[in-house]
Amino acid sequence: MTTTAPTPVDGPIGRPLDRVEGHAKVTGTARYAAEVPLPGLTHAVLVGARVARGRITSIDAAEAERAEGVLAVLTHENLGKIAAQPPLLPSLAGSVAPGETFFPMQGDEIHYAGQHVALVVADTYERALHASRLVRISYAEEPSVTVIDQGRDQAYEPEAIFAGFVPGRTERGDVEAALGAADVTVDRTFTFAANHHNPIETSAATAYWEGDRLTLHDTTQGVTATQHTVAALLGVPHTRIRVIGHFTGGSFGGKAMVWHHPALAALAARKVGRPVRLALTREQMFVGCGHREEQEQRLTLGADKEGRLVALRHHKLSPTSPFDHWAEPSLGVAGQLYACPNYEGVYRLIRANTTTPTFMRCPGEATGLFALETAMDELAERVDLDPLELRLRNYTENDPASGRPWSSNGLRECLERGAERIGWERRAAPPARDGDWLIGLGMAASAYPVYGPNNPQRARARLYADGTAVVQAAVTDIGTGVLTVMTQVAAEALGLPVERCRFEGGDTDLPNVAAAVGSSGAGMVSATVHAAASALREQLVARAVGDEGSPLHGADPADVDVRDGRMVLRDAPGTGEDYAELLQRNFLPDMEATGSWGPPPQDAPFASMTFGAQFAEVAVDPVLGLVRVRRLAGAFAPGRVLNAKTARSQLMGGMIWGLSQALLEATHMEPRTGRWANASLGEYLVPVNADAPDVDVDFIEVQDTVVNPLGVKGVGEVGQAGVAPAIANAIHHAIGRRLRKLPITIEDIVAGGDEAPQ
Amino acid sequence: MRPISYVRTEGADGIDRAVGLVTADPDSHFLAGGTTEVDLLRQHVLAPNRLVDINRLPLSGVEELPDGGLRIGALTRMSEVAAAPAVQERLPMVARALVLGASAQLRHMASMGGNMMQKVRCGYYRDGESPCNKREPGAGCAALGGVSRTHAVLGTSEHCIATHPSDVAVPLVALDAVIRTRTADSERAYAIDEFFLPPGDTPDREHPLTHGELITAIDVPTPPLARRSLYLKVRDRESYEFALVSVAAALEVRDGKVSGVRIALGGVGTRPWRARRAEDALVGGPATTASFDLAARAELAEARTTPMNAFKPELARRTLVRALETLTRDGSQS
Repeated sequence: MTTTAPTPVDGPIGRPLDRVEGHAKVTGTARYAAEVPLPGLTHAVLVGARVARGRITSIDAAEAERAEGVLAVLTHENLGKIAAQPPLLPSLAGSVAPGETFFPMQGDEIHYAGQHVALVVADTYERALHASRLVRISYAEEPSVTVIDQGRDQAYEPEAIFAGFVPGRTERGDVEAALGAADVTVDRTFTFAANHHNPIETSAATAYWEGDRLTLHDTTQGVTATQHTVAALLGVPHTRIRVIGHFTGGSFGGKAMVWHHPALAALAARKVGRPVRLALTREQMFVGCGHREEQEQRLTLGADKEGRLVALRHHKLSPTSPFDHWAEPSLGVAGQLYACPNYEGVYRLIRANTTTPTFMRCPGEATGLFALETAMDELAERVDLDPLELRLRNYTENDPASGRPWSSNGLRECLERGAERIGWERRAAPPARDGDWLIGLGMAASAYPVYGPNNPQRARARLYADGTAVVQAAVTDIGTGVLTVMTQVAAEALGLPVERCRFEGGDTDLPNVAAAVGSSGAGMVSATVHAAASALREQLVARAVGDEGSPLHGADPADVDVRDGRMVLRDAPGTGEDYAELLQRNFLPDMEATGSWGPPPQDAPFASMTFGAQFAEVAVDPVLGLVRVRRLAGAFAPGRVLNAKTARSQLMGGMIWGLSQALLEATHMEPRTGRWANASLGEYLVPVNADAPDVDVDFIEVQDTVVNPLGVKGVGEVGQAGVAPAIANAIHHAIGRRLRKLPITIEDIVAGGDEAPQ
Repeated sequence: MRPISYVRTEGADGIDRAVGLVTADPDSHFLAGGTTEVDLLRQHVLAPNRLVDINRLPLSGVEELPDGGLRIGALTRMSEVAAAPAVQERLPMVARALVLGASAQLRHMASMGGNMMQKVRCGYYRDGESPCNKREPGAGCAALGGVSRTHAVLGTSEHCIATHPSDVAVPLVALDAVIRTRTADSERAYAIDEFFLPPGDTPDREHPLTHGELITAIDVPTPPLARRSLYLKVRDRESYEFALVSVAAALEVRDGKVSGVRIALGGVGTRPWRARRAEDALVGGPATTASFDLAARAELAEARTTPMNAFKPELARRTLVRALETLTRDGSQS
């Protein structure tokens, strides 16, 4: 593992600080939602529908109800109705965010296999699990559609996808004419297996009522999203619902939206009059929190003889649920990465018997860039250009979609740096051979949008008389290091050492922030934490210069610096006092300030994107069909890096995820039954440590004064974008074959021909 | 999880007691490492009312036999066998198959006897609900028209195409190991080829054992040619995955001709697949890629595939040729 760190810095921001919660996590004292001990706690287990479409004809719960320890068997016959189904909005909007606009156990209709049809509550988990098998449910099954091939004829073009935020069709210029006039065209179809998130912590909620007040411990990317969604479903004012989620054991989008378990836990807790813990099983994670949908993309490039793009047509076909027009936005970034005057992007959907698909790490960008960057590699071959040169030739300083300049860029530098790190000059030669392995090199550009919240975000900072500070915002730690990073931001703004700052999040009683999704958490939360901490510091300095007892009395606040918690005159650092002295002298137990930050207006004259470049060195054994990635080199321009270590970890994790998507991850639908056939970690393959190559993470510094006050563009997902096409392009270099499906597996390589090229 | 009871047996007379307890009760199962059994209990695929824990019985260790073979106690853990110097020196393909199986944690738990008894990974067997002749005779086989990428292509029947999952059983089959057992009133020994039954019309019957019969040891011959042997495992990820195709092979070449050969295939058969046709085709012939290829084709000629596993015979052919080439080339023990 090699990394070049960003330029060293003086203050806490940017330093590779160890995780502040690391000790709690490795010693097991960090409590997750299904670990909260409560007196009288009961346990709930879900029962899933065994058919993909039809009706429940009868439920026999008698045996389950009689089983030892069982407190309730809840079904559509006795659960009660929800107050209202809230609309599907992305959780970044900061409001309601149901995973799908359907709530289970409200009627006898079955829309997808695994749909929750019963909830068994018992005094122990084992008893609830046992009784869940004793609920006898009969169905009248009807024919289902679950895969593209079953529904191709019924495809439709939606007006909008993605909760209405993305139009179903986008056009600029005249693609048809431009393709007709192009010197070169590449017209290819790409297929993608469905994927599931599989975080190590399965989704879970623990719920208890005190009178008409509900407390929920939830696994979520945003406690406020859970609060608003459950409030709407239950018809309870959200002020009476407190949601706590200090730690979430990985999410990757599976907990970005609010699925059914927290509201079901709350309803069950009301029914049995005791706290209820509801944790999904691993198998239920395949139907309980969405997925990346199976998809087919057709991409047509038109270019002139020099490889300059003149037209880009990108169509996507994918199954959605019976309820929502959902497709991950695969066409977005792929249509903005390169200068191209003529463009057409169209989403088509098929109504299928699955849950609504959902966000999954790099949602849309990873698949869309696979199509674009694999086709670009082919275009480079056709016009006889180095693939890297082709990218540089199509580089743009402006967003081709809006015409606005990028608020910051760095793509060119990322491409050049990555090429240097991987040794791209070797790409011009035929693939090297290492025993039975052929060694290929491939590359792709990487990009991810800079999302911001819709509404202002808030934080609170408080300094105590002992000179320590607590800074709070409702953000949840989903494993990214947000607690550490925000401690650094607060310490820097307050002029305190990080050891004297504590950051608290994960609780709706704290100042409101939206869910940490879309790589936006660091940007939006750092902005508001910085605002709150800076406001507090100004308040403290103002108090000191107005205090006759202070050595700073009468000074201009603009001349005061704070170092290590000591306010001093910039030009006479010997003159000053500690925050603590000021507060103690004035009998002040603490001082507090709030801060808020709202995103730039939508008509700001800039467009924003995080850019990067991915390079892969891949070994292929063409005889045995094996592909092993030996090295990945990524260079990224994510704006300001708040913590070099956690940023590197996120980018590295994203790159390995890209490898996983390229070579391993596939959920197989069983079309006869409409069930996922490999709903376990034994059969849904993710990489093991031995699959992880040498990963080289490199930063390109760019300053962005537009996206947010600290210029943070996010690192959660851009690390994944472009990895799969870089690997596919490296396979092409190694064995001369282009593979246009994900994942690329042994049979694809073996199908290529009898023996290895000699 | 279903309520079940549990009893632990120990000591020298514990073997008789354990065998007696299970023999007398059709709803009792032995519990060794539990790495398969407990999963299947949780998934309601197996439904014993009582588990008889045999982990403390004196059935561990790797011993020398007078004929030069090795006796591996049924409760010896996979990791112990893999680390045994005698196994590493004399039976490299066994050691290699062990370390390429499962994960380090599982290898520390899983016993050798349990490995012989492990259940198939077929998703339709394991979901506890799909039609499965192995789980519920006569119910049908959902895998035949289902998701069957990992399923078998050799030894299949119209009733079952589940792949035998064991890695270590593959070299043991190549070596003609013997499975030793105890019943309430006798000791028995089974040639390993007779131990793993083809599914035929009775895929629920995987072994010839009677209820309550306990594996006590595995006797493994150590023929000289096995010192130059390998286990080659092909799979999607580098570790912790069952084989798509594997080959255990030992080869002896004199004057350019094959004087001795043992081959078994994993990942492709409903049982660990002894490749006798390939062996017969090779013995006495030239040790060349062309003859390896012909031998592999002979072995795989009767493979029967589904649309999803149609790649397996070809992959198996290539893997077998590669294994034999490797042994010819440098005698690699990997």
